[in-house]
Amino acid sequence: MAEKKLYGAVAEFSTPAALLEAARRMREHGYTRMDACTPFLVHGLDKALGIRQSPLGYIVFAGGLVGFVAGILLQWWTGAVDYPLIVGGKPLFAWEPSIPVIFELTVLLSAFAAVGGMLALNRLPRLHHPLFEMEAFRRASNDRFFLAVEATDPKFQPEQTKSLLESLGAESAALVEES
Amino acid sequence: MADVVMNRPLQLDPPLVEGNPTYAQVTDDVAGIVERKPPREWYAAIGITGLLTVVLGVSIAWLLYKGVGIWGNNQPVAWAWPITDFVFWIGIGHAGTLISAILYLFRQKWRTSINRAAEAMTIFAVMTAGLFPLFHTGRPWRAYWLFPIPNLDLSLWQNFRSPLMWDVFAVSTYATVSILFWYVGMIPDLGTLRDRATGLRQKIYGFFALGWRGSAWHWNHYEKAYLILAGLSTPLVLSVHSIVSFDFAVSIVPGWHTTIFPPYFVAGAIFSGFAMVITLMVLARKTYRLEHLITINHLENMNKILLATGSIVAYSYAVEFFTAAFSGNPYEQFVFMNRLVGPYAWAIWIMFFCNVFAPQLFWFRKVRRSIPAMFVIAIIVNVGMWFERFNIIVTSLHRDYLPSSWGMFTPTLFDFLTFFGSLGFFLTMFLLFLRYLPAIALSEVKAVMPAPQGGKGGE
Repeated sequence: MAEKKLYGAVAEFSTPAALLEAARRMREHGYTRMDACTPFLVHGLDKALGIRQSPLGYIVFAGGLVGFVAGILLQWWTGAVDYPLIVGGKPLFAWEPSIPVIFELTVLLSAFAAVGGMLALNRLPRLHHPLFEMEAFRRASNDRFFLAVEATDPKFQPEQTKSLLESLGAESAALVEES
Repeated sequence: MADVVMNRPLQLDPPLVEGNPTYAQVTDDVAGIVERKPPREWYAAIGITGLLTVVLGVSIAWLLYKGVGIWGNNQPVAWAWPITDFVFWIGIGHAGTLISAILYLFRQKWRTSINRAAEAMTIFAVMTAGLFPLFHTGRPWRAYWLFPIPNLDLSLWQNFRSPLMWDVFAVSTYATVSILFWYVGMIPDLGTLRDRATGLRQKIYGFFALGWRGSAWHWNHYEKAYLILAGLSTPLVLSVHSIVSFDFAVSIVPGWHTTIFPPYFVAGAIFSGFAMVITLMVLARKTYRLEHLITINHLENMNKILLATGSIVAYSYAVEFFTAAFSGNPYEQFVFMNRLVGPYAWAIWIMFFCNVFAPQLFWFRKVRRSIPAMFVIAIIVNVGMWFERFNIIVTSLHRDYLPSSWGMFTPTLFDFLTFFGSLGFFLTMFLLFLRYLPAIALSEVKAVMPAPQGGKGGE
């Protein structure tokens, strides 16, 4: 059997502060391809890992715009073009009575864009990830904070990276294989 | 002076989580609910609510066989109980979205331990609400006619100038966005349940957790998505009951045709919703021993909201009467006099007692922090809000313009069975939620807990 490829070196921390500090120090050491897995959102971690602001807002704006235009076209086309029927002497299409449906469709498609966009940007759903091979990683959704340096990082040296992580206050550190 | 300052612990806000537990303890407390066998009270409760759900099913089956004539609906009171129940249930839902979206935008951190359950309540209340207009149409198998779907048996389009169509869009959007918001909020906690489970349970929770691993890159997009969904839900929740109120206000029926209806309905919806959240939370925290997560301070905050919205509702009642008196419109004046002294006067006096008087007791801190008192008042408010809708619908319709078209409405047995059955359905869904899903937002509660200090904390 051929030797398995490495995913990277993974260290386990017991507090968010220790993880943050370690992430900052690893950045100072020049590591760039890192990931951190935490049971809740740790503020400051995005900066420490060099994560840019999420572009989700633009996706949602596009979704909302589609809903807005669809709301106008739907009511105008069905009411004034395809089936013009005068009800109560009112105009076939007017802004005032069209606002509720336009608003609701704008919100609906924005929400779809927000959820769909978030999942797509995160490459979710996915069936598996090398980190799930680690038994200790089960606690990443409970009370442990993990920092991973991926093997694709230009500075990555398996044993050296692992011992550097250990020296930064990790409870433990391990090398994880690509599954 | 200095002594006083030194001896009192300097704490501006009461702690959100009591007893200083570790992260792992919080996980155990919350995940344990779905992992252990439920307490005996749970089985007793679902036995009763399940029976009521069967009652709902049977009365709907009979309704489908016989038609809406089994209800007390008549001319002139065609909306009668089903629409009363619809507005009642849809209003209940509003508290969940207020807690999850509006309080999130206002950075009210105390919302974290109650938002999940309140959102679940929203979804089940909207589902229950949806049953009523669906069956009130009389031909629920034609329900797709309400949506602009091209089809062969209906060669015309919906009338988008009708508030009833706005209502279809508002309620279905509200249901969809609430489910999305609830589900997105739950993904990290489903991951927690997955990581603690084995076998089939692991596969099921794993399926719904979508492979979530809590990566910082994921949290970055996730937080943005959550913020945007909260921002979208805030105007949405205000729009839903506004649009429900348009069903009334856009008509020319005296007592309905008023501009105060949208804000009045929204305040009433939040008022009734919080009453329901308090009713359910008081029972759930006791049964599952979650007093340290859903603390008395949480309940007191909700009671304050009940007091505030109850006062807005009382003010709205006063404005309605003033506007009617000031309008110089004899029909408008008659409807309001008829409400006070007419054949349905008992309904408005029950409403005044429940919605105007009862919540005012929350001015007293003792009452706000007493579990039995808040439980009783919350139930009284629930009853009162049902009577508010009954009052709006029945008293306006039964005597409007021409005395020759006046009439009386009497509910039938099936009106009662459908309503209490719907209550059973709602509670059954909530009990199933408590049994199988994380009832408290773990990842949010942990984020507002004091972090363990040093490198070896959190053991």
